[in-house]
Amino acid sequence: MIEQWFPNVDWEKMWEATVQTLYMTSISVIVTFILGILLGLLLFLTSKGQLWENKAAYGITAIIVNVFRSIPFIILIVLLIPFTKALVGTIIGENAALPALIIGAAPFYARMVEIALREIDKGVIEAARAMGASTWTIIRKVLIPESLPALVSGLTVTAIALVGYTAMAGVIGAGGLGNLAFLDGFQRSRTDVTMMATIIILIIVFIIQFIGDTATRKLDKR
Amino acid sequence: MILIEQAKKIFHTKNGRVTAVDDINLSVQEGEIFGMIGYSGAGKSTLIRMLNGLETPTEGSVTVAGRAVSKIKGKELRKARQEIGMIFQHFNLLWSRTVRENIAFPLEIAGVNKAVRDKRVNELIELVGLEGRGDSYPSQLSGGQKQRVGIARALANNPQVLLCDEATSALDPQTTDSILELLVDINQRLGLTIVLITHEMHVIRKICHRVAVMEAGKIVELGTVLDVFRRPEQQITKRFVQQVTEPEESKETIHHLLESHPNGKIVKLTFVGVSAEQPVMTELIRQFNVDVNILQGKISQTQNGAYGTLFVQITGDATEVDKATAFLDAQQVDSEVITYD
Repeated sequence: MIEQWFPNVDWEKMWEATVQTLYMTSISVIVTFILGILLGLLLFLTSKGQLWENKAAYGITAIIVNVFRSIPFIILIVLLIPFTKALVGTIIGENAALPALIIGAAPFYARMVEIALREIDKGVIEAARAMGASTWTIIRKVLIPESLPALVSGLTVTAIALVGYTAMAGVIGAGGLGNLAFLDGFQRSRTDVTMMATIIILIIVFIIQFIGDTATRKLDKR
Repeated sequence: MILIEQAKKIFHTKNGRVTAVDDINLSVQEGEIFGMIGYSGAGKSTLIRMLNGLETPTEGSVTVAGRAVSKIKGKELRKARQEIGMIFQHFNLLWSRTVRENIAFPLEIAGVNKAVRDKRVNELIELVGLEGRGDSYPSQLSGGQKQRVGIARALANNPQVLLCDEATSALDPQTTDSILELLVDINQRLGLTIVLITHEMHVIRKICHRVAVMEAGKIVELGTVLDVFRRPEQQITKRFVQQVTEPEESKETIHHLLESHPNGKIVKLTFVGVSAEQPVMTELIRQFNVDVNILQGKISQTQNGAYGTLFVQITGDATEVDKATAFLDAQQVDSEVITYD
């Protein structure tokens, strides 16, 4: 019956595209997570009343984050072409999509990290200081564990946005389900290919949402 | 144990300079439970935070257990803080850690190894009476239990000083009493010096040896709890003392007493320290041919003895009543004949 509904779908190609999408998403999620945490910590710690309060450092970080967060993703990819070429050596393929995916998503996640850290009770940080904890200990043993559910739910939202970004990147040659839907589906008027690619993307999104929600619930002991 | 010399703290805010702590000199002895009372904004919170370097004085110096807390920084300050425990009004526990892990936290900071840590945590859980709750998360505990975890955590590194920042203000009266009893117990068993700030005179009465009353960044009155209760000098101190001694003795009730008992004399007796335990009333009735009717009274225990007031109506032959009141004056009891004023 599936053959009947999707006569033009080449299942091997569809599988290959799915793997490419999963590859781009997972690598960019991992790097975004690390960069976002670092940037978010920097934003939080340099903000007013915090351990490294520093107006200049906060201002500069905030501007960089806001600028990269505001550029529409499709334009960001084009703007980053010279950078990508220098870094990856090519502008075609899954790896070439990674710089744009990460630079587009990390500032977005950094803001969520900052918000998550702000939610931590100030008194808990004060208590850790009163116990003689260093800033590094506070980051490792208070800030990250106490904000973990919010960090994970923020990462879920970011990961889902990244699945969407990979599809956009696909249009300009990055591979993956977006690429397949655009070239094989849209340009050759095979609606069933576009539909199938969409269904698979939806399934990926649902799975990410499910894992994220479950993890957040498990981690939250409040 | 604690020495504060000419400490001053000025905050620069949008509305100008605010002097939170204004030229305070204070010393606290080893093993003492020292209370600081004041309304919010009196500067007591800033002052207690100077004791572990969470605030640095703008001027003056603070020395705790032989360390100049106001001068040291970085590693040395963190080391000093490990020897000064602190508990908080809102407990400030890490919700992501169990009771055991919360208590182990300061030990991790101090670099104690796992085996020693586990042993110490078990001792502390027993000390604060939380047996069986070790693997619970803070969200599963009551307020009183959370504060017990806070106390265990504060004591983990065997500190010489315990700072209590409004430690019972978020608790109901019954739980407050049980936490206060625990603090007295720790003070006696471990010889720990305790400094606490509060706005409840009940807390001061119940556990403190000495008290400082703070207003607008200054200490306006200082003395043993009993002395301050007996002879409050400042208006603010009198108000605080009334919180515990005279809850039902407003002017109205005194008028009411005078109206409903027109015969004889109504005497207000103030018992302080030792005299609270002497049988003054029995003596009075035995020696004089008068009737004594107890109208209302309250005796409270403090760490340096009992304190209380008693309203009695003395009726009988006028000269006998006069003799009786004269007898009361001669005792170690402050007496005052109440009249319409």
